[in-house]
Amino acid sequence: MDFSLSEEQKQVQDLINQFIAKDYPFDVREKLVKSEDGFSKEYWKTFGEFGLLAMPFPEDDGGFNGGPVDLMVILEAFGTGLVVEPYIPNVVLSGNLISKLGNKEQKDEILPKLFSGELQMSFAFTEPQSRFDLNDITTSAKLEGDNYIVDGYKAVVMNGPSSEKIIVTCRTSGSQLDEEGISLLIIDKDSAGLSSRDYSNVDGSKASEITLENVSVPKENLLGEEGKALNTISEVIDLATLAISAEAVGIMQKMNELTLDYTKTREQFGQALSKFQALQHRMVDTFMVHEQTKSLLLMAAAKMNDKAADTSKSISALKYQIGSAAKLIGEESIQLHGGMGVTEEMSIGHYFKRLTTIRTIFGNSDYHLKRYSSL
Amino acid sequence: MNLSFSPEDLKFQEEVRSFLRENYPADTKRKMDNGIPLQKEDIQEWQKVLSKKGWFAINWPEEHGGTGWSITQKHIFQNELAAFNTPTIVPFGVSMCGPVIYTFGNDEQKERFLPAIRDNDVWWCQGYSEPGSGSDLASLKTKAEKKGDKYIVNGTKTWTTMAQHADWIFCLVRTDSSGIKQEGISFLLIDMKSPGVEVKPIITIDGSHEVNMVYLDNVEVPAENLIGEEGAGWSIAKFLLAHERTGIGGIPHLKREIKRLRDIAGELPLNDGFLKDDDLFMDKLNKLEIDLLSAEFTELRTLAAMSAGGHPGPESSILKIGGTDLQQALSELYVEALGYYAHPFVSEADMASNEKRIGPDFAANVMPHYLNYRKVSIYGGSNEVQRNVIAKAVLGL
Repeated sequence: MDFSLSEEQKQVQDLINQFIAKDYPFDVREKLVKSEDGFSKEYWKTFGEFGLLAMPFPEDDGGFNGGPVDLMVILEAFGTGLVVEPYIPNVVLSGNLISKLGNKEQKDEILPKLFSGELQMSFAFTEPQSRFDLNDITTSAKLEGDNYIVDGYKAVVMNGPSSEKIIVTCRTSGSQLDEEGISLLIIDKDSAGLSSRDYSNVDGSKASEITLENVSVPKENLLGEEGKALNTISEVIDLATLAISAEAVGIMQKMNELTLDYTKTREQFGQALSKFQALQHRMVDTFMVHEQTKSLLLMAAAKMNDKAADTSKSISALKYQIGSAAKLIGEESIQLHGGMGVTEEMSIGHYFKRLTTIRTIFGNSDYHLKRYSSL
Repeated sequence: MNLSFSPEDLKFQEEVRSFLRENYPADTKRKMDNGIPLQKEDIQEWQKVLSKKGWFAINWPEEHGGTGWSITQKHIFQNELAAFNTPTIVPFGVSMCGPVIYTFGNDEQKERFLPAIRDNDVWWCQGYSEPGSGSDLASLKTKAEKKGDKYIVNGTKTWTTMAQHADWIFCLVRTDSSGIKQEGISFLLIDMKSPGVEVKPIITIDGSHEVNMVYLDNVEVPAENLIGEEGAGWSIAKFLLAHERTGIGGIPHLKREIKRLRDIAGELPLNDGFLKDDDLFMDKLNKLEIDLLSAEFTELRTLAAMSAGGHPGPESSILKIGGTDLQQALSELYVEALGYYAHPFVSEADMASNEKRIGPDFAANVMPHYLNYRKVSIYGGSNEVQRNVIAKAVLGL
């Protein structure tokens, strides 16, 4: 039994921590969030040069053979700096779908550009009614000659605004909730009939509402086998859930640190807030919850690394815990900061907003509790 | 004990309903129903509708324009206002400054200030908190020095809600620093147009501008604007905080919002059905409704005790904690109802525009409301301070 990171993993961790300390202070992050792209394309290329964008892919695909643990290390470090660059939509979601399902032509065309940071992508897998159910798909794709004709609507597509290519879940057969008949198509954002309404999310990330009307997609853009995509989608969403949970654990660690620092300096009633026992106990609770959540994160990463039979169940246990821990640590941190906690000016509120959206992304606690029970 | 409405009460309820049906401005209702932020003018227009009817300063003594209503009538009135989704009454004049003036002010002050509050001719804001004095309000430093028949005021107030709209501010100021900190605090009324008053916005995490910093730089205030004696400010502040804490729970509004969420759950698509098919979600909604019943009847007990004599005491801290817990829990459940559609950021300008909303129609102000409502367990005396009050003043610890 060994919970320690490898030398390479520690190096990656140090690399990102140094990047955040030097190039990514809170005020720089705020400027990036308010810029048109909503993140730095220059930093994105830097991540490519660091090798971070190719990390979790097999060597055959041009990657560094990294696994779930490497991904966890990267995202947890990103969380502490509230890095807004779209790692999960590009690398974890789009990159993995192509790596797992793509044919040689598709991989050769897309992966090198994705790994160098030249290409932005997203994965459109939610619809207004689908909530967290990956099999709930009404967007249809019908093969007519050499093209699929796609009609439908995709909701809150992460990194939609910057994407050149979008991987879209479509129904090629069956009815709305069937597990069979789900296919993936790689669709160029500038395709005729595809319209995108772009916006910012409260956590500083960007997203789009995507409408597809009679969009003609060459059949060679089908990713994987027609109608058989759900298992891989589910596997990739599990991996992304692990990744975003790691980000959340990094955020929780940082929020606890910020709160502890603040209560040591803020004085009321003639002493530092940190001297009040009623508040000390609450900070002990948030400290414990962070540690317990980190334990589940390590457990789930190890299960996934070992391709254990109960990997999905472990992921649901983790995300259930992330939801409740994020609520406690997020809300308590704001409360202990008092009025300052609700101002735009302090970083704590921005960590809170990201932690709050993570509670929902890839399924909230209720969803994962039910999924845990069913697996 | 009798908790049912009498025939007279039911008649009164119908009278209130028919008044609201006829007099609640349609445009303001449209904005309220669609989560569009109100302008100062909307709020003033609505409050003047109530003033004109004599239904604004409902809790005041009748001699100053109060209604003389029973507790039951007041309860009915508040519930109907909320059921019609009318704007929340801005409390600073009518629920805070007014009661201070008719309780502690001299005749001249009553005559000068009360009619304008009752008739909604003057907008008030509250100058309590300071950058260094939040929960520990008595440590405030804003200084008022007496020079002849004037006070010269210097200091900074913060979290001043809607100061950007205000004509006047009531302030706690320090007139004496020699004794313990609670002594030497005085209650002073300041005209916001006075030279040396400057208002700067504070933007909160939901992106809205509701609170402000108010800088007071050598502001000259006539000595006749002092309420009560010099040094009486802390007693007045305690009186006022107790008043503030009873209304702060916003129970009638919560009742309406819970009912609305139940309606939403029946209409919001989820897979091939609706959100109401999700048992875990509905369990939470039902538990909240039970908590709300308990808060409602705790408030009614407090109000009944008040009507039997005296003003609210430390028990009002229970209402503040219970009510704000509920407000936050409900704002969170709205976020849960929306799933991913809670995430798009909608600015106040977007909300006011006619462009089609992203996601369901009610979505726009759901996440901002959740984020903004972190404040309710912080303001009006943080819930930690409220617990201290109960421990000390109620349990005698």
